Amino acid sequence: MINAVGRDIPEEILKATGKEVFQGTHHFDGFEYQTASHKVKCVINSNGTKLVDSIHDVLVKCGIKDGMTLSFHHHFRNGDKVLNMVMEEVHNMGIKNITICASSLGSQNDPIVYMLDDGTITEIQSSGVRGQIGKAISEGRLQGLAIMRSHGARSRAIESGETHIDIAFIGAPTADEYGNLNANGGKADCGVLSYSAADAMYADRVVAITDTLVPFPNLPAQITQTYVDYVVKVDEIGDPTKIATGAAKPTTDQRKLLMAKYCTDFVVATPYFKEGFSYQTGVGGASIASTKFLAEIMREKNIHMSFGVGGIAKPMCDLLEEGLIKTLVDTQDFDQDAIKSVATNPNHHYITASEYADPFNKGAYVNKLDFVILAALEVDTHFNCNVVVGSDGVITGAQGGHPDTAAGAKCTIVIAPIMQGRIPTICTDCTTVTTPGEDVDVVVTDYGIAINPKRTDLIEATKDKGLPLKTIEELRDIAYSITGEPEKVQFGDRVVGIIEGRDGTIMDVVRQIKKFEFNN
Amino acid sequence: MEIKKPAVAGTMESSDCQVTVEPGEGKIDFTLDSAVAHQFGNQIKKVTLETLANLGVDNVKISIVDKGALDCTIKARIEGAVFRSVDQYKDLPWGGAIK
Repeated sequence: MINAVGRDIPEEILKATGKEVFQGTHHFDGFEYQTASHKVKCVINSNGTKLVDSIHDVLVKCGIKDGMTLSFHHHFRNGDKVLNMVMEEVHNMGIKNITICASSLGSQNDPIVYMLDDGTITEIQSSGVRGQIGKAISEGRLQGLAIMRSHGARSRAIESGETHIDIAFIGAPTADEYGNLNANGGKADCGVLSYSAADAMYADRVVAITDTLVPFPNLPAQITQTYVDYVVKVDEIGDPTKIATGAAKPTTDQRKLLMAKYCTDFVVATPYFKEGFSYQTGVGGASIASTKFLAEIMREKNIHMSFGVGGIAKPMCDLLEEGLIKTLVDTQDFDQDAIKSVATNPNHHYITASEYADPFNKGAYVNKLDFVILAALEVDTHFNCNVVVGSDGVITGAQGGHPDTAAGAKCTIVIAPIMQGRIPTICTDCTTVTTPGEDVDVVVTDYGIAINPKRTDLIEATKDKGLPLKTIEELRDIAYSITGEPEKVQFGDRVVGIIEGRDGTIMDVVRQIKKFEFNN
Repeated sequence: MEIKKPAVAGTMESSDCQVTVEPGEGKIDFTLDSAVAHQFGNQIKKVTLETLANLGVDNVKISIVDKGALDCTIKARIEGAVFRSVDQYKDLPWGGAIK
C-alpha cells in the first residue's frame, strides 16, 4: 500500500507488524488511547537492600528467559559498556530470541554482532544503528525485523504498550543502594538519563548498573527508587573519554561556513526570529558555526532565546552562561561542557525523552520550537529526508530526534552540502524516507537555499533579502550536473527493517543489500 | 596503444580513484571496486571504456578502486596510468587521444 510519502509498503509487512502506513504527520492529532501498565514487585520489607552481586545474579532474579525484551540507553555513546556487558552474560546463559529495545546502537556495540548470527538477538528496536550491527542487519543476519524509530516514537511505543519491556537496564553514573539514580558525580558522567525515563516507568523489572555507589539518598535523582528493582555495582559502566565525542570542533571548512552563513541569514529573515524565540541545533560543523553566527546577531539586536532544546553541546551552554539563552532543556549531552553545565547551571534542565519529543503525550517540547537546524544524508525534491540508510543501501545512521523536531518546529531547516563525495545529497528520490517532506521547510546548501513551496509565508517573508534562493529542483540539477545522475541502489527482496513514523505507522522499509551488478 | 608494463595512477583518497593497468589477454578486462558502485557503477564502466577507446587501447587488464571520483578524475587517472605503462611522459596527445 502506498503511504503519504509515496512509498509502497508491502502487505506482508503490514500484516506481520500490525501497523498502518504513514498517513501524514498530524493524522493522529487528538487520538485517545489507554497507556500501558507494568508489573510491580512490591518492596514492603524495611531491612532489605536492592544491591545484587553480579549481572548474572540479577538476570536470574529478574527471571531472564528466551524471547524477552531488554532495554538500554545510549547516553554513554561510544563509551558505553553496559549493553555489551549485560548481553554477554545473557549469551553465556544460553538465552535466545532476545529483542533489544535500545535508544540507539553504535560501533561501541560491534563486539556483540555475533549474537545476531547465533540467534541470541533476533529483533532490534533502535533509533538507528551505526557500525557492524547496522551492516549485519542490512546483510540479512537478523532473523526478525529491525524497527528504526525516533526518540519521540520510542517513548510512544513504550508508553502505548506496543513495546513491552521485560527488563530495563539503566547505566547510572551514580546510584545509591536503593535505586536513586543520577547522571553526574560518578566516574563516567553522561549528564542526563532522559532516554531511560519511559523504560523505568513501564518495564516489569528495572535494573540499575553503576560503578559509583553513593550514600542514600542520592538526590537530586533523575530516576527514583520507586521504579528500580535492583542495583548492581560493576567496575566500569563507560569510558569517559569516549562519552563526549559527538560535537565537532569549530570548523574552518569554507563550504560549511558558507552554509552556516546562509542558514543564519535565513533564520534572521524570518518573522520567528524575535525576542523569546526557541531553537534546536545539531553538533555538526555547519550547525555549530551557524549558532555562533546567530549569537553575534542576537547580541547586536539584543534578542534572547527563551529556550534551547535537544542534544546539547558547548556552544549552546556558552550562550546560556552569557544570558543570550534563558533556559536549556536537555535530553543528551555531546561534550564535557554540556555535562558540567546540566549538573551545575540552574537554568539547564534535564527532561525525559517523552517530554522532549513524544507525539502521544499531552504535548512535547518539540511542539514549542520555532527553529530546528538539522542535517541529512539525502534530501529529495519532495523535501523528504533520509538520515538512516547510506547511499550504498546499508543502515548507517539514526533518526534521533530528526522527525520529531521537524514535525514540531515552525521552521525546520536542513543544512546539507549539495554533494558528499560523488553522492548528490539533493536528489530526485531519497533511498529511504525517514522524515516526511511535509515537515521540512527549508534546505540550505552551499549552492543556495530552497524553500518548500507549501510555505508561501516563508517564501514571502524572505524574498528581496539578498538570499540565494533556488527551487529544490534547481539544486538537484546543479548536483547532478557535477556528479551525474545516480542510479537507484540495487536491493534484494527481503525486508530487513522498517522506518517507523513518529505515530507508529510505517514510513518506509529497508531491504537487504545485494552486490552491485553491471547492466551488461 | 599497447600496454607495455603494469602502471598505476591516482590515490585512495576520498573523491579520487586508483587505476591500475596491465598487459591484457586479448581483450579489455575491467574490474571495479567503488564506494558508489550502486549509483555510478555503470557510468564508471562507460567512462572507462570510452577513455580506453579514445586512447586506442583494446588489450588491457584495468582495475579501478574508486572512492567517489567524478568522471573527469576517472578519465584523467586512466590516461595517466596508460601513458605511464608505455613510459611516455612528454609529447602527450593533448586534444587528440587525450580530450
